[in-house]
Amino acid sequence: MSTTDTAASGIGPVEGSGSFSAYGVDNPAPLIEAPRKRTKKTPKSTRGNFEMYGWLFMRLSGIVLVVLVLGHLLIQLVLDGGVSKIGFAFVAGRWASPWWQAWDLAMLWLAMLHGSNGLRTVINDYAERTTTRLWLKGLLYTATVFTILLGTLVIFTFDPNIR
Amino acid sequence: MPAGTLYRGREGMWSWVAHRVTGVLIFFFLFVHVLDTALVRVSPEDYDKVVATYKTPIVALLEYGLVAAILFHALNGLRVIAVDFWSKGPRYQKQMLWSVVGIWVVLMFGALYPVLGHAFREVFGS
Repeated sequence: MSTTDTAASGIGPVEGSGSFSAYGVDNPAPLIEAPRKRTKKTPKSTRGNFEMYGWLFMRLSGIVLVVLVLGHLLIQLVLDGGVSKIGFAFVAGRWASPWWQAWDLAMLWLAMLHGSNGLRTVINDYAERTTTRLWLKGLLYTATVFTILLGTLVIFTFDPNIR
Repeated sequence: MPAGTLYRGREGMWSWVAHRVTGVLIFFFLFVHVLDTALVRVSPEDYDKVVATYKTPIVALLEYGLVAAILFHALNGLRVIAVDFWSKGPRYQKQMLWSVVGIWVVLMFGALYPVLGHAFREVFGS
């Protein structure tokens, strides 16, 4: 019987042709592609997951920064006479320990990247002209890279006997 | 609220506004703070000279403001994480905001003497 040929009937492949299915040859349900399914027609270049990783970084670095920064404030502004004790000798005493060097280095990197990504979001939200956005973000990234490199250099090359 | 805006007011919007404002302020301070700390690489005298300005009464007041901004941003940041990752977070976002404000008030009261004590003694005598 060549009259039941599906190609000739004008109906596509039938879903679930088993005996328990509500669909059959007489009651066909056409296959419908899922709305956002990646197919051969989908462009290869997609934007990637940068914004998702940025969002995740803000939360993960935020949790670490709560500990690092509040600890920093407690040491610098509350304990042992607060801000009055701070001076070159105090810094030299603290950075003699690798623990506090690592603490300050982690705080510097995480806080700068966290703050920089936050300001990037603010610029994207309020600077409406494309050129304004580009210039502001260029300035932001320049300042961020400069500050991170300067701070890292200072922590690693600190010399208590500079004078 | 004016018509035709996405801003809804109330706790949700204002905590978001405060989070932004404090975040930008903290970032600008961080930039200055790395620069002033970098003076330890120049000379002990130059570093101590600049740090001396941090000990004046007016700057002590600014430090209290900085502590206020950091504490709010930290506590509200934890609330944002709870809203995003805790299944009941969005339902309790208002209660969590008022908890944040409550803890913030207590901590700010606790910071009064440590941060402003020396400035108080300098202005009003020991």
